[in-house]
Amino acid sequence: MAVNELQSTRKPPISQIGAVLWLRTNLFSSWINGFLTLASLYLLYIAIPPLLDWMFLSANFNFGTVNILGFDIKFSEVMADNDSCGREAACWPFIYEKLYMFIYGFYPREEVWRPDVFYGLTALLIVIVRLVRNYKYKNRVILSMIVTYPIVSYILIAGGFGLLPVVETHQWGGLLLTLIIASVGIIISFPIGVVLALGRQSDLRVIKLFSTLFIEFIRGVPLITILFMASFVLPLFLESGANFDKLLRALIGIALFQAAYFAEVVRGGLQAIPKGQYEAADSIGLSYFQKNVLIILPQALKISIPNIVGSSISLFKDTTLVLIIGLMDMLAMVNMTSQDIYWLGRETEGYVFVTMVFWVILYSMSRYSRKLEIRFNTENIN
Amino acid sequence: MTTENNASNIIEISELNKWYGDFHALKNINMNVKEGEIIVVCGPSGSGKSTLIRCVNFLEKFQEGGILVDGTELTDDAQKIRKIRSEVAMVFQHFNLFPHLSIVDNLTLAPIWVHNETKEESREKALKLLDRVGIKDQAEKYPNQLSGGQQQRVAIARSLCTTPKIMLFDEPTSALDPEMISEVLDVMVELAREGITMICVTHEMGFAKKVANRIIFMDEGQIVEENDPEQFFKNPESDRLKLFLKQILTH
Repeated sequence: MAVNELQSTRKPPISQIGAVLWLRTNLFSSWINGFLTLASLYLLYIAIPPLLDWMFLSANFNFGTVNILGFDIKFSEVMADNDSCGREAACWPFIYEKLYMFIYGFYPREEVWRPDVFYGLTALLIVIVRLVRNYKYKNRVILSMIVTYPIVSYILIAGGFGLLPVVETHQWGGLLLTLIIASVGIIISFPIGVVLALGRQSDLRVIKLFSTLFIEFIRGVPLITILFMASFVLPLFLESGANFDKLLRALIGIALFQAAYFAEVVRGGLQAIPKGQYEAADSIGLSYFQKNVLIILPQALKISIPNIVGSSISLFKDTTLVLIIGLMDMLAMVNMTSQDIYWLGRETEGYVFVTMVFWVILYSMSRYSRKLEIRFNTENIN
Repeated sequence: MTTENNASNIIEISELNKWYGDFHALKNINMNVKEGEIIVVCGPSGSGKSTLIRCVNFLEKFQEGGILVDGTELTDDAQKIRKIRSEVAMVFQHFNLFPHLSIVDNLTLAPIWVHNETKEESREKALKLLDRVGIKDQAEKYPNQLSGGQQQRVAIARSLCTTPKIMLFDEPTSALDPEMISEVLDVMVELAREGITMICVTHEMGFAKKVANRIIFMDEGQIVEENDPEQFFKNPESDRLKLFLKQILTH
């Protein structure tokens, strides 16, 4: 038998898709799943309505008159105070009143444009990185931004150099400080982490030993311990210990801590690269440095994106530990602001607000990493 | 047979011994290759043939003996190794293209970074080579969008991009679907006719008959027999080669 005509292709059979089928396959596929579904629904029922009620329905939104982008929006005649708010539901005017503290800490009010420009620059940077994907000089653009952004940001926030009035680091606080600690921690630790990962894979015994010892030592110690050491022990070894900036000490501790974690994440990526890639790179005559920068790392880092971002998210959350050594980050501001005698006992609102800010930032990071993964994927495209 | 400097020998391997741990992988290998010679190395798996050619560009270290490539002695010296590698190109069984770079970038990498050529000239050369192996229209694609045969042709073009004097082929067709083997072999035959020196580990006996100047049969880490193609197939001397030929040619 011979077939001279190939059969025409057709669509797969239409499966029975419907609400009932969906429920049955996804929620009630077995007796146990049905029970778990009902139990979850009950838990949501007892948790969600009271939360919504506390946050929105019964909450106090009497902000008085608020100026948003030049428009006066009137929420109420006068702004609510601690007594008129009551205790049954959220008192959002507290957050409104203390917003400056949450966002800028003790940054001088007359210099507030500087953190504002910093926030704007950060947003702009994220947008530009997303937009330039097909631009001819994108690598140059991105590279120059990566180099200039930290310098410009530092001059903006800290001042000095005869350009702007100096704002001491102890005046930095709130979200500003959280972002600074997290981003400096990540930016400084990343290259160190990559070098440590390569070091741990190295053929040179001494470098391998040093990298392994460093990584395992740091990973075996909690961040709090490292912060304490950086804060109190480090100055003992230094002559000028007394005037060695507290924030700088914390940053060094955090960067070293994070570097060890990045190193392990990157090492995981390195191990996923087939031996053939090393051999091909060697066989065309690339040097060790070229081989890693051009062939191995681009692939290894790409594989590691989810873990790099995951590790960065952890660090972002861990920055809240700096309140222990007396730095006033966003979380520390909750305590600070609710001790105001006019607003006593409003910690809950503060914690809920800070939680939401953290969630928005971290969820965006997580989404962003997913986009990066898709964008850099050249392996599974058709 | 040896270390004396013979001008026409581009590769001189003398008394080469290599061990993997306790396993004696190469035993007293002596072999000279003249410029422009096409050599096919065959033998059962585990006979050390891949290991041997991988020693020539120092992807494998060896413990005893010496290899002289185009007058340069292979040692641990990184500079010398890089010099040799820029003259000796290798094509692998599994292609080993760089999946994160487009086809044309795969080709221009070594010219730009190792030979300091400009982007424009290396790109032009790369496109010419791609045209030669018949896949110029795929230049902007990524390796994983190509078939196995196309990928291997890209790999050959990549190794040609640095105009090497010697090409090593490590079983270039054994990871390919049968219908793609001939497209790769055609490219190799054409190369062989242009006079480049080639050492080719392969089981493609048709290819060996057609272009090889010499065929080397290896077993258990040593060279068992070497001869010109006609004598190799007609009058095998050793029993092992007779058995090997019987096994691969009866199908």
